[in-house]
Amino acid sequence: MSIRDNAWAMAHALEKKEISAVELANQHYEQIASVDKDVHAFLYLDKEGALSQAKEVDKKRAAGEKLSPLAGVPLALKDVMTQKGVPTTCGSKMLEGWRPPYDSTVVTKLKSAGIVILGKTNMDEFAMGSSTENSAFGPTHNPWDLTRIPGGSGGGSSASLAAFEAPLAIGTDTGGSIRQPAAVTGTVGVKPTYGGVSRYGLVAFSSSLDQAGPCARTVLDAALLHQVIAGFDPKDSTSINRAVPDVVAAAKKKDIKGMKIGVVKQLAGDGYQKGVENKFKEAVAELVKLGAEIIEVSCPNFEYALAAYYLIAPSECSSNLARFDSMRFGLRIGDDGVKGAEEVMNLTRQAGFGREVKRRIILGTYALSSGYYDAYYGSAQKVRTLIKRDFDAAFEKCDVLISPTAPTTAFKIGEKSNDPLAMYLNDIATIPVNMAGIGGMSLPCGLAEEDNLPVGFQIMSPAMKDDRMYLVGGALEAALLSKWGKPILDFAPKLAGSK
Amino acid sequence: MSLNYDQAIEKYEPTLGLEVHVELNTKSKMFCGCATEFGAQPNTQTCPVCLGLPGALPVVNKKAIESSILIGLALNCSIAPFSRFARKNYFYPDMPKNFQTSQYDEPICVNGFLDVEIEADDGVKSFRIEIERVHMEEDTGKSLHVGGSTGRIHGAEYSLLDYNRAGIPLVEIVTKIVPNTGKYAPQVARAYVAALRDILRSLNVSDVKMEQGSLRCDVNLSLSKIGSGKLGTRSETKNVNSLRSVERAATGEVIRQANRLETGERIVQETRHFLEESGQTRPGRSKEQAEDYRYFPEPDLVPVAPDAKWIEELRKTLPEKPAERRKRLQTAWSVPDKEMAAMVNAELLDTVEETVKLGADPTKARSWWLGEVSRVANDRGVLPTELISVKDIAQVIALITSGELTDKLARQVVEGVIAGEGSPSDVISKRGLKVVSDDSALMKAIEDAITAQPDTAERVRGGNIPAAGALIGAVMKATGGQADAAKVRELLLKHLGQ
Repeated sequence: MSIRDNAWAMAHALEKKEISAVELANQHYEQIASVDKDVHAFLYLDKEGALSQAKEVDKKRAAGEKLSPLAGVPLALKDVMTQKGVPTTCGSKMLEGWRPPYDSTVVTKLKSAGIVILGKTNMDEFAMGSSTENSAFGPTHNPWDLTRIPGGSGGGSSASLAAFEAPLAIGTDTGGSIRQPAAVTGTVGVKPTYGGVSRYGLVAFSSSLDQAGPCARTVLDAALLHQVIAGFDPKDSTSINRAVPDVVAAAKKKDIKGMKIGVVKQLAGDGYQKGVENKFKEAVAELVKLGAEIIEVSCPNFEYALAAYYLIAPSECSSNLARFDSMRFGLRIGDDGVKGAEEVMNLTRQAGFGREVKRRIILGTYALSSGYYDAYYGSAQKVRTLIKRDFDAAFEKCDVLISPTAPTTAFKIGEKSNDPLAMYLNDIATIPVNMAGIGGMSLPCGLAEEDNLPVGFQIMSPAMKDDRMYLVGGALEAALLSKWGKPILDFAPKLAGSK
Repeated sequence: MSLNYDQAIEKYEPTLGLEVHVELNTKSKMFCGCATEFGAQPNTQTCPVCLGLPGALPVVNKKAIESSILIGLALNCSIAPFSRFARKNYFYPDMPKNFQTSQYDEPICVNGFLDVEIEADDGVKSFRIEIERVHMEEDTGKSLHVGGSTGRIHGAEYSLLDYNRAGIPLVEIVTKIVPNTGKYAPQVARAYVAALRDILRSLNVSDVKMEQGSLRCDVNLSLSKIGSGKLGTRSETKNVNSLRSVERAATGEVIRQANRLETGERIVQETRHFLEESGQTRPGRSKEQAEDYRYFPEPDLVPVAPDAKWIEELRKTLPEKPAERRKRLQTAWSVPDKEMAAMVNAELLDTVEETVKLGADPTKARSWWLGEVSRVANDRGVLPTELISVKDIAQVIALITSGELTDKLARQVVEGVIAGEGSPSDVISKRGLKVVSDDSALMKAIEDAITAQPDTAERVRGGNIPAAGALIGAVMKATGGQADAAKVRELLLKHLGQ
């Protein structure tokens, strides 16, 4: 039993009482103590809460109680999910020190499954960014190369997996914030179908696009976590009241003979790194070997996805972030007994929000303004419908669609921070999935020859057919593992002090 | 020389528009499970959702949808098969999310009407008020500005915020413009709000207490020069909180606007506040630069798509229209107009009807509730039905009818019940208030009276019937007023051979 094992193996060791949940949590805290000064995946460690949860699980197991499969396995929680009494900052100064009085539904489900929440992970402020450089508390570093970004916005969650600080993590994905970090850190990340996992307690960036999902080092681990957090929640009106597809069975099946897999023509070519394209093609060849039928499909409206996304997401964020006004919680600046409420609100928002957040609030405010609404927000919604139609047509012919997850491997910290448009382009392949509300997964498919950094392979499945991406992902992962002879993270340079 | 109302109305034609906000009486708020009780300790009826805490999400209260549909149906509206909530974005400390979740371009009910009657110079006149829309929204919290002289935010030292009201379901009922009311505009405005209030009350969807703010009216009014055919610029007088004030606000605006127009000034499009003391309005926020609320569909909620079958089921539950019911009861009980109006104004129609349903005579039921009981209730500032139940009043009336109680005794019984001495039967037995109707007991008292006043008895025997009064008085005194005087008289005269 090692912290480098996957969650499934840890769960087995716990079940066989080869290790206690408390020991397992402590081993992870030791690893965090050794490497997180370099990686900076965590913003807050809830050692007390985690160990008491672990103790509880051990007690129940000793008493012979029936426990859920992942009981006692540690997890890193993206700092955008509320956890009662535990600081939740969303990577923003605005919420520094705020301790929510309630658990998000995801946290409620994790707790009742006996999963041990180690702490909260770093992220781009309010989930806006693709590099975790927009965190008000400093960037997270990619464990593959500490001078590079771990992706974003959920860079902390994915980096914690790649650095063996946690075997499981929760991310949220509005335009790729689970999948792109997974791609650039050599881990697995899944954005479930919109409405598949409750958003209650997920601090909203863009309500119609946000979706929480599982992050892990293997497809099966992701499926096990998916099973825990998914399902209808009466507290979230947009959650889907239908049975969760059996993603665990799908991840284990590893038989994709005869499946029709569509390669999206538009998600390749210009802007895609050579090594990314090569690794993607090699993975496609593996799928062919497994007996899948590869079809090229065209989704012509994907061309407009990025532009439409950067109208819808900022519009919703301009409204969602209005509540950060210093009146009831969080930062308050300038309250000297003389200044009025409006002035205090202004000063607080000026000081509390970072540049990217302000940029998007301004963009969204403008796009929703009367006289511009139809041209911007209205048109963007129409594009969204067209993107959905593209997907519908493609899924008529294919069971799943595939593409590279991100056009490039991890870039250098600072490289794109002054060029928002270059940064936005990183999400070009992940955004259409959010726009259509369907499921998307990223799993590693190799190391790019130019830089020896991991490349992400994206699988997209129709709404509420999340099991399909797990089926294809599980099969591809197994084929690649036997080709490489060891897990991809074993190719990563060892971090100083790491176990 | 300024114009008075009559002079103003000779030159100008008013056009009305009325927006009524109604707080629904649902047990929980519009988007969360918090209680809605009025008057609770500040900030005790709140949760992450209605406080707008990060991560919290709204869930629509189905009862609020049901109430809105009922209102729409009662106002002859069509119910939209698909409607949506939107976000109305603006910053204000009493609005936790800094946007109000409200229906905007896709309201739940559209295109209805309400007929109202007013007392015109030449008799009753009817007006049809067309309803443009009925939509749902959430209320804001309440700000209390402390310090400063005006109670307004400007000049205040600090403000207190109570979020108990934040998220209480509101329904806004908006009329189309109401033209051609002429000089009756203020009366029509009042009659409309009164009729609407009655309908809402009959649907039991709101407390409709204007003084507590559960029904608030905005009076929009503009003037156009008679014969010009052009609508003028309107003012919006906000949150008028009594029927009388609705009428006064409209009258005041006709006079104010006419006088401005007379002196060549223009009417500014603005919100105005009604001043109870003077009956005038003062300017509020100017609407010349239309505020941009950046409405967009609320992404946290799914569209409201009520099932047609459900709507038809709700239609079947609609109560009788208040105006029709009033006419029916007035005929059945043969009540004069004035007393019918008194009953309606006192909000005792339901109570009287229930009493009558328990077998009471309508006239007696009315006079008990509007008389004795209302008097005490007014003194104590409570509702008549909080003092005594319909059942108890019906029982007292039954005892009077059967002769077991006199009116005088009945008043004591009611007084006892109100004082908390128990049911009417309890009070009767505790206080020993039963009418003495036992002939032998009465005969004993009569004989005693004759013995005590032999001369008077002799005069009665001789045919001087009025002289019997003294003997009857003595008997009544001897029985402590519990005898039925008519019965005493009958027995006495018979005993003396008359």
